[in-house]
Amino acid sequence: MLKKLLSVFWLSLLFIPAAAEETDLERGLAIATEQKNRDRGWGDSESNMLMVLRTAQGRESVRRMRTLALEVEGDGDKSLTIFDEPLDVRGSAFLTHSHPTVEDDQWLYLPSVRRTRRIASRNKSGPFMASEFAYEDMTSFELEKFRFRYLGDEKCGELTCFVLEQIPVDTFSGYSKIIAWIDQEHYRVQRAEYFDRKDALLKTLTVEDYRLYLDQYWRPHKLTMHNQQTGKSTDLILESINFRTGRTAADFDVAALERAR
Amino acid sequence: MAPAWTDKFIRYPTIVLAFCLLLVMVLSAGLGKLYFRGDYRIFFSEDNPQLLAFEQMQYEFNKSDNMLIGIAPRDRKIFTPERLELIRRYTEAAWQTPYSTRVDSITNYQHTEAVADDLLVADLVPAEQPLTAVEIARIQAVALNEPLLRNRLIAADGAVAAINITLQLPEQNQHQEVLDVWQAVTAISAQLQQEFPDVDFYHTGIIAMNYAFASEAEQDVKKLVPLMFLAILLVLGWLLRSVWASLATFVVIITSLLSTLGIAGWLGIFMSTATVNVPTILMTLAVADSVHIIASMQFALAKGYQKSAAVSYSLQRNLMPVLITSVTTAIGFLTLNFSEVPILRDLGNLTAIGVMLACLYSLVLLPILLLWLPMRPVTDARQHTVIQHLATWVIGRQQLLRWSFSGLVLLCLGLLTLNQINDEPNEYFAPATEFRQANDFMEQHLSGFTLIDFALDSGQPSGVNEPQFLSAVAAFSNWLLQQPEVMHVNTLTDIMKRLNKNMHQDDPAFYRLPESREEAAQYLLMYEMSLPFGLDLNHQLNIDKSATKLTATLYNLGSKELTNLESRAYQFIEQHYPQYQLAAASAGLMFAHIGERNMASMLKTLPLALILISVILIFSLGSLKLGLISLIPNLVPAIVGFGVWGLMIGEINLALSVVAGMSLGIIVDDTVHFLAKYKHARSEGLATERAVSYAFHSVGRALCITTLVLVCGFGVLIFSGFRLNSDMGLLTAMIILIALIVDLLFLPACLLHLDKDKDKSHVEETA
Repeated sequence: MLKKLLSVFWLSLLFIPAAAEETDLERGLAIATEQKNRDRGWGDSESNMLMVLRTAQGRESVRRMRTLALEVEGDGDKSLTIFDEPLDVRGSAFLTHSHPTVEDDQWLYLPSVRRTRRIASRNKSGPFMASEFAYEDMTSFELEKFRFRYLGDEKCGELTCFVLEQIPVDTFSGYSKIIAWIDQEHYRVQRAEYFDRKDALLKTLTVEDYRLYLDQYWRPHKLTMHNQQTGKSTDLILESINFRTGRTAADFDVAALERAR
Repeated sequence: MAPAWTDKFIRYPTIVLAFCLLLVMVLSAGLGKLYFRGDYRIFFSEDNPQLLAFEQMQYEFNKSDNMLIGIAPRDRKIFTPERLELIRRYTEAAWQTPYSTRVDSITNYQHTEAVADDLLVADLVPAEQPLTAVEIARIQAVALNEPLLRNRLIAADGAVAAINITLQLPEQNQHQEVLDVWQAVTAISAQLQQEFPDVDFYHTGIIAMNYAFASEAEQDVKKLVPLMFLAILLVLGWLLRSVWASLATFVVIITSLLSTLGIAGWLGIFMSTATVNVPTILMTLAVADSVHIIASMQFALAKGYQKSAAVSYSLQRNLMPVLITSVTTAIGFLTLNFSEVPILRDLGNLTAIGVMLACLYSLVLLPILLLWLPMRPVTDARQHTVIQHLATWVIGRQQLLRWSFSGLVLLCLGLLTLNQINDEPNEYFAPATEFRQANDFMEQHLSGFTLIDFALDSGQPSGVNEPQFLSAVAAFSNWLLQQPEVMHVNTLTDIMKRLNKNMHQDDPAFYRLPESREEAAQYLLMYEMSLPFGLDLNHQLNIDKSATKLTATLYNLGSKELTNLESRAYQFIEQHYPQYQLAAASAGLMFAHIGERNMASMLKTLPLALILISVILIFSLGSLKLGLISLIPNLVPAIVGFGVWGLMIGEINLALSVVAGMSLGIIVDDTVHFLAKYKHARSEGLATERAVSYAFHSVGRALCITTLVLVCGFGVLIFSGFRLNSDMGLLTAMIILIALIVDLLFLPACLLHLDKDKDKSHVEETA
């Protein structure tokens, strides 16, 4: 299907140059902008998450964490993740101030040594907590991070989806491109394919169990990232989420790390 | 009985020819299905215990197929701006290698530095600006002091660096995948070589080895098969004194070859380092049948027979010997079925099939060709007088021959013990091959190719965080480093120590293991959070963190030393940390064990083959006594051959362990021909000496010819890029040559003694 789609896409490039090209880019950006706009204004949230890591042979390991998130207008969102399981790492906390165009700020607090360390790294392409999700998959969706291109429409399950190509602007991204299927009704990502820097398919993401919060915000309760090259996979399960719990920027400063329990 | 149906064949040549043509066509249609396989796993059966351990290790931890590129500036200086830039660019380009998941070098090593409360994680060699002398000095200091890099990706003297590409092959079409990787990587090297002419590039690693196995096998086909054709052409033309007879033989060889390889295709047997020998060996063996038939025909023509009568005479004389020798040869090759190595089994089965097909074509197709082609009688007075002299000499010196050969056999029995089993994949390649040179260079200047993975299991989830367990791992890795065979150990405890130091403002006093379970777990969490793209802890920790893997890089060792180190490691853990489980596995270990396992199974089947062949001989010769005497010429060549080998080389690899069985089937042929003629003469009432003399006359020339062809055939294998094949060729050629000498000197001497006439005066009369 994708192949067919791509061949149609390449053919269209041949016959209708510049103008059509321009509209595909514009349309891509328009879809992404709508997607972003529909998700504005949620304020802050608290969620309980379960992460299931799976080897190619199906052996599993489970991690539990709580995540506090704060929407920041005009900058990237802030998030604080507190680890509950495995027990040996309970109380460890990870703070991220994400930024659309410059490096994210990251701090890690380790309770056993009672120390906080800022981790200065360009390592956004690295795995998040040994999972198949990378940091860049976990941080907030910002328009400035990608160049978009509309590739066409396609059925995705019951729904009809826009197929959107996202090319990371940052050269430190681990991806050459991401192809996302976004449903036309609510602009929610239904699935995505991640291509590595040699343009080979690296991972596929499937997103399930969307639920509506505050009558406006859709949140998926299950994300599955499957590494096509190693056969490993990770399930990210949202067990519960509460919005507008009254968190402020003060709950996301470095000092808050050590208070977090 | 024989003439009845062989004559029928001669009477309806077109039908027989059509049948042969059809058979060849149907069988050779399978040729299209033939393919090459070069991965090292073809040496191991699915239930091989070392392979199972290796696979278990790969289930628990990441699979580690790799390509290692050695970068060696001729002036031995890595730490200059240009060379670091070269490595950085190579590293960058290598990410484009198909199926690559990770590229590691000193330039993209994630160096962690503690500055105040910040942990700075960055590439050791940054891309942006040209490097100053101060920065280069800092990079050098970090690289040469980092256990993860030193002696792994950078030589301790800074003369050679390496880039490691980790790969995940989908294993759909392994041969093509390996080829893709090899071509992509060597293209990068070739391009950078142009820009940096004073730097040499070396390619090694598992993928390079798999590529070398496949490409050297193809080389063998391209190089050896034409050489073989040429050798046979020359030898045949010279010995048979007839272009047409050589041509007829060639037709038999080609049809046998096409049919056999076609059957291989139909059966799904692939071409490998072992099965590429099938064409060469088969050509050699097919020649022998034809030579006997043609020689007899020429003999009959010389006697004044008509052509068809001469063919008929030849078939009558040769039907049984050709059939029996083919069956015994096939039995010899079928003993390879008891080998531990699947590709050696394929070699045995294919050759056995081919030998029987060659027998069929020699008895059915060849006579027709001989009828149609112009043939002339060949008599060679000179050869006859040589053989006559030899016979007389043997009869005259029989006493001396018996004693000296008996002494030689005893001596060689002693020399047998000098042979040691040794299997190293590196040593399978001739020193001139690219893979071997790359490996030898890298071992000498940076890091060995051989490694062992050790998995230490704590027995409980998250058990690796236990301080006691970590100290056991550290003690074990220290012990490994103290072993003379070990170059480098990659261990989690080095990472733990470094993290502890990082967490305490890079204070060297904290370069030690964490003190509590929580501390260890949280350092690991921090480490996990800072890992770059394509890297996770899974190559050192299993998923529930109950076990950790240590990788010991070794000097290129013999298999004895390797298994010895393995058992010492087990002993160490058994003795000091009996509460933990140790498992060892690696490709090198698999090879180290296969030689011995293979030898053990081959030694068990050898007596079986010997008994089987002797029984066939007893029945076909119709004499228990002669059957038992045949044991002498059948056993002595292998004893002498392996004895001489022990004296000269003394190393037995898995290909050599099958030589005894394989050569047995071939050398039996000489015995059969000689004893059959001897028996024939005896049954016509000739005395022992006369019968020996008759046997010399009637088969002496043919035996010399076939032996010469066989020695040439197996001798050609000496030019193989594989020591497996060249050693096998050399030893088999030696044994076949010894067999001829034994058949012409020792066997008659023994017959003269053991099959002596009761009537003494009769003996003296003829002598």
